[in-house]
Amino acid sequence: MTDTPIHKVAQATPESMARRIRGLSDRTIAWIFVAPTIFLLLAVNIFPLIWTIRLSFTDYRVNRPNREVEWVGLQNYERILSDPDIWATMQATAHFLIWTIVLQVLIGFALAFLINKKFRGNDLWTTIIVFPMMLSPAVVGNFWTFLYQPQIGLFNYVVAFVTGADPASFSMIGDVHLAPWAIIIADTWMWTPFVMLICLAGLRSIPDSIYEAAECDRASKWRQFWTITVPMVLPFLMLAVLFRGIENFKMFDLVVQLTGGGPGNTTTLTSIDLKREAFEKWRTGYSSAYAVILFVTVFGLASIYVKALNKVKER
Amino acid sequence: MSNFISGLLRFRRGPWEMLASILIALGVVMLMQPFAITLYSWSFLITLIGTVIFIIVSHFPE
Repeated sequence: MTDTPIHKVAQATPESMARRIRGLSDRTIAWIFVAPTIFLLLAVNIFPLIWTIRLSFTDYRVNRPNREVEWVGLQNYERILSDPDIWATMQATAHFLIWTIVLQVLIGFALAFLINKKFRGNDLWTTIIVFPMMLSPAVVGNFWTFLYQPQIGLFNYVVAFVTGADPASFSMIGDVHLAPWAIIIADTWMWTPFVMLICLAGLRSIPDSIYEAAECDRASKWRQFWTITVPMVLPFLMLAVLFRGIENFKMFDLVVQLTGGGPGNTTTLTSIDLKREAFEKWRTGYSSAYAVILFVTVFGLASIYVKALNKVKER
Repeated sequence: MSNFISGLLRFRRGPWEMLASILIALGVVMLMQPFAITLYSWSFLITLIGTVIFIIVSHFPE
């Protein structure tokens, strides 16, 4: 019993140090354990946030560190909130956000519902469906760029096969009207499995006894779906929407790889625009104000969403 | 409606959270709508007020 690793460590501790540790209260020891995490959190999250808010009121440019920084007050915010180009970027982001969430939730839930049925090869299909989620966004971006090629792209050939149109007559990435849909399709392909997995967890948490009781009451399958399955999966579904909503609001890599924000500015999402302002135009103060606006928006939305989620869970 | 107003006056969390949520949602819709740039210009202020109210009232009693 006395030769366990913990006893060896205890015996190896010098007597003076052991006496000092014995004198500490449980609360102090707890603080000692928690302090590094709190320090890291402050250093990595809270300090940059406060610093960004401070910079948003200045005309600071990170590529000119020796230039005198001027306090400009709310000027950066005024310029951003009256800029029609940034307004268009917000609309492009909203379009992307709404459609990806709607498609991912509908397809993800449908896939989870099907996969939840007991059939042969169930596990194999789950693995195959989950595969896109495991890939890097850069790989997915490259992969879909090839699929969308008008001359050799498989996507164009499939659309041509279904509609009868010429495959070379349209370009998903090059067309102003089709490019926003090109990024929506690629993101849906990549992240629907994630929503499916969360829905599957929800579906598998429903006890069979509830369905058996419903069968005894002669409830139809349709009624069982709307009164048992949907309400019990709803918290999981809301969680998936929260995760995907926040992630897609920050979407960058996949879109940069696929369209680079073009053609024109049709697929320039807020994160891409923000990166251009911060690291191509080097307007650090201005881009800090832009980042603060996005942060408040996501934070506000996430707050009301978490509240709604808690209400659904309490039911 | 009268319950909602009396809840606001008595600083109860429920009605105040509802008010904050409405402001945040309104602000986000104003930010991303394609109809009027004036709405876009005021959107951040509305969202910010809603978010600050939400943070404060989450410490109110139920």
